Amino acid sequence: MTLLQDVPAREGTPLPGQRRTRSSSATARPPLLLLVPAVLTALVALLPLAYLVVRAGEQGLDTVGDVLLRERTARLLLRSLTMAAAVTAASLVVGVALAWLTVRSDLPGRRVWAVVAALPLAVPTYVAAFAWISFLPELAGPVGAFVVLTTCSYPYVLLPVAATLRRMDPASEEVARSLGLSPWQAFLRATLPQLRPAMAAGGLLVALYSLSDFGAVSIMRFDAFTRVIYTSYRASFDRTPAAVLGLLLVAVTCVLVWLEGRTRGRASYARVGGGGARTQPRVRLGRLTLPALGLATAVAGLSLGVPVAALGYWSAVGAGAGLEPARLVSAAGTSVVLASLGALVTTLLAIPVGVLAARRRGRLPQLLERAAWVGHALPGIVVAFSLVFLAVRYAYPLYQRTPVLVLAYVVLFLPLAVGAVRASAAQSPPGLEEVARSSGARPLAVLGRVTLPLAAPGIGAGAVLVFLTCMKELPATLLLQPLGSATLATEMWTQTGVAAYSAAAPYAVLLVLMSALPTYLLGVRTGGLDGGRT
Amino acid sequence: MRLSRPLLAGLVMATLLGTAACGSSGTDSPAPGASGSESGLVVYSGRNETLIAPLLAQFTKATGIAVTPRYGGSAELAAQLLEEGDRTPADVFLSQDAGALGALQEADGLEVLPEATLAKVPAKYRSAEGAWVGVSGRSRVLVYNPDLVNAADLPKSVFDLTKPAYKGKVGFAPTNASFQAFVTGMRVSAGEERTKAFLEGFKANSPQSFEGNVPILEAVDAGTIAFGLINHYYLYEKAAEAGGLDKVTARNYLFPGTDPGSLVNVGGVGVLKGKQSPDAQAFVDYLLSTEGQTFFAEQTKEYPLIAGVPVALEGLPPLAELGGPAVDLSQLESLDQTLALLDEVGLT
Repeated sequence: MTLLQDVPAREGTPLPGQRRTRSSSATARPPLLLLVPAVLTALVALLPLAYLVVRAGEQGLDTVGDVLLRERTARLLLRSLTMAAAVTAASLVVGVALAWLTVRSDLPGRRVWAVVAALPLAVPTYVAAFAWISFLPELAGPVGAFVVLTTCSYPYVLLPVAATLRRMDPASEEVARSLGLSPWQAFLRATLPQLRPAMAAGGLLVALYSLSDFGAVSIMRFDAFTRVIYTSYRASFDRTPAAVLGLLLVAVTCVLVWLEGRTRGRASYARVGGGGARTQPRVRLGRLTLPALGLATAVAGLSLGVPVAALGYWSAVGAGAGLEPARLVSAAGTSVVLASLGALVTTLLAIPVGVLAARRRGRLPQLLERAAWVGHALPGIVVAFSLVFLAVRYAYPLYQRTPVLVLAYVVLFLPLAVGAVRASAAQSPPGLEEVARSSGARPLAVLGRVTLPLAAPGIGAGAVLVFLTCMKELPATLLLQPLGSATLATEMWTQTGVAAYSAAAPYAVLLVLMSALPTYLLGVRTGGLDGGRT
Repeated sequence: MRLSRPLLAGLVMATLLGTAACGSSGTDSPAPGASGSESGLVVYSGRNETLIAPLLAQFTKATGIAVTPRYGGSAELAAQLLEEGDRTPADVFLSQDAGALGALQEADGLEVLPEATLAKVPAKYRSAEGAWVGVSGRSRVLVYNPDLVNAADLPKSVFDLTKPAYKGKVGFAPTNASFQAFVTGMRVSAGEERTKAFLEGFKANSPQSFEGNVPILEAVDAGTIAFGLINHYYLYEKAAEAGGLDKVTARNYLFPGTDPGSLVNVGGVGVLKGKQSPDAQAFVDYLLSTEGQTFFAEQTKEYPLIAGVPVALEGLPPLAELGGPAVDLSQLESLDQTLALLDEVGLT
């Protein structure tokens, strides 16, 4: 038996059929060391579900039926799903293209482009939407929402795809070429299939991001499903319809996560055999260099140029009038502390789920991993209200204190970390763990000395991703942050509430700048500026 | 084992320490007040911090009572209060509009205020059951650009905006709460059928959609559009910034009589159930004192609701002479029907 499991040592000779093959070890009972924390994490992720079921059910099944069968519900769900599909498709095209150009081609300045292409992660959708609408008010509507969502979320595809491309063994593509395929055919038939898991994982994040985002759709006045949930709180003060709609969103998420699981397939992606992957030859773009540069420039212009220009303009107009530096610094400090805590706790909780998902097949690890997605599909306000409900009843001393807000971040952003842990654990060959096991290392030692160190860079990248997302989070932070405190995001909300873009600009600028540094690190990592490390 | 145990222990310690330390040092707040007492009066404010923070400071200075605020959208805070129930840390809820207070009142979430407090404000601008009281009033207006429009040609009613003369000339903010309250007021006063007919005619007349009231005023003032449906105070805020109403081109116009286009709505305050205390009462009384009312008159250019507080709103009649539809402000909570109607018509 492999990995972290102690079974052979305790039970002596393996039973027939329990041979030391990958498949049997992968389906065996998961070790308690991972299982118990993984179950706990999954339960945390499912907390909002408990609340939604209570709230949805309190007025009887008839009300549930009424809400679900409303014509408006179906129409808006369809509209949001269409938007999510369009944004996901566009993000896949842009993300894969830029990843390939920056990793595999001789695009001039490709290392700089690798960083630039990741930077839109630092831009919150509400900032991008405000920027677009201030330059082009007529963009409001589906087109505007599509542009903002795509330009803000394609890095979710870019990063995992670029990372996979960098680690990919060129051998398979070379074999394809030697069998007479054109470079394009070789990409389609040898490279693309290997990118499928990364594309599916990134695409799922983009799809759920589009479904649950409220900032872009509300500013772009695109009547999306999340707006129905928000207006349901806002308009009727009746939490039952909002809860029913939240459950519907969870159901949709389950379908999408299941689809992603099918797309990911069951193939094994760790390199086996001696030696490491060779350095990949760069594809010469030749005549395609200019169009490729054009694409990279256009994407950067749309996703970074527009928000940066708007922020610059607002800052210039306001010229720091009424700016309170102490307030700015304090908000920045609060943002960093809260986002760091969110990233730390989320990543720690994600490790057991992610490692299990990477190393074990079977119902339970799969179920635990999928449970992590529940909160991610829900709009921040729904998660916030569910934690208000639970904390007030069962953790009152912590209510409106930092731990409950951090818990909200965990529930909202767990999949970002779980995905990172799973992907990096899956890529470190299980054989190394087997070697450690057979040399007598105990399960905990294998986890601490082999599995985690090998996966550490990927896990770190996941933590950075969670950090970035926490920095931008607004609705849950507004409702759950400790009394009297403020983050950069909530300060921006305050300033734009009186339509003072120029007063909001310094907070937005600082938010984007402070997020740009970790994003830069992510871009550097996947762009290959850090030498040979993966 | 030697390596992994410290590693795991470190991770666990880091989590615990981080989470615990943060409760005290992670934020500005010295003592976030679940219990409320150590941080003074806890006020949930649906009105913007930029606006309310100076008023709270003024209150603390005048009374010595410390206030800890939580800011948010009025509706979100109302929903949060409903979710918190009787364990809410909040003592007082200050709302942008009457609807959110109406919803709390309906859920029996507010204390009945003393008669002496209620009596300061005209009956029209407070809860019939005494659960909340208005603290500042605002009227819907038609803002127009006198360079583009003759005062004599102004419409007699908001219903006239569906006429060809106004085609493409009116700015509005479909997602703005005040616009939606205006539509609710029309539904309640003029009926569903007539409101639907108006909205359809209004939409067919190609109005220009904006994301808020301020951009509408800017566009009207700049002359890029002739009319706009907004609240009265935006013009006076702009005038104050510009150094006088004569420096601004745009002007407010009130539809005469009980026209739904001139709905008067209020910002109001209520004390949460079980939170009646001398401090909470002092806060409500302060908002309705001459100082509090003067603050609203000067800072937000809204109408003070108590008698005897001067208000400098050039070109607008005094509060007592304001028209608007005769609606019970608590009825403005039927916003979901309004949103369904706006959605049906396609004005979103």
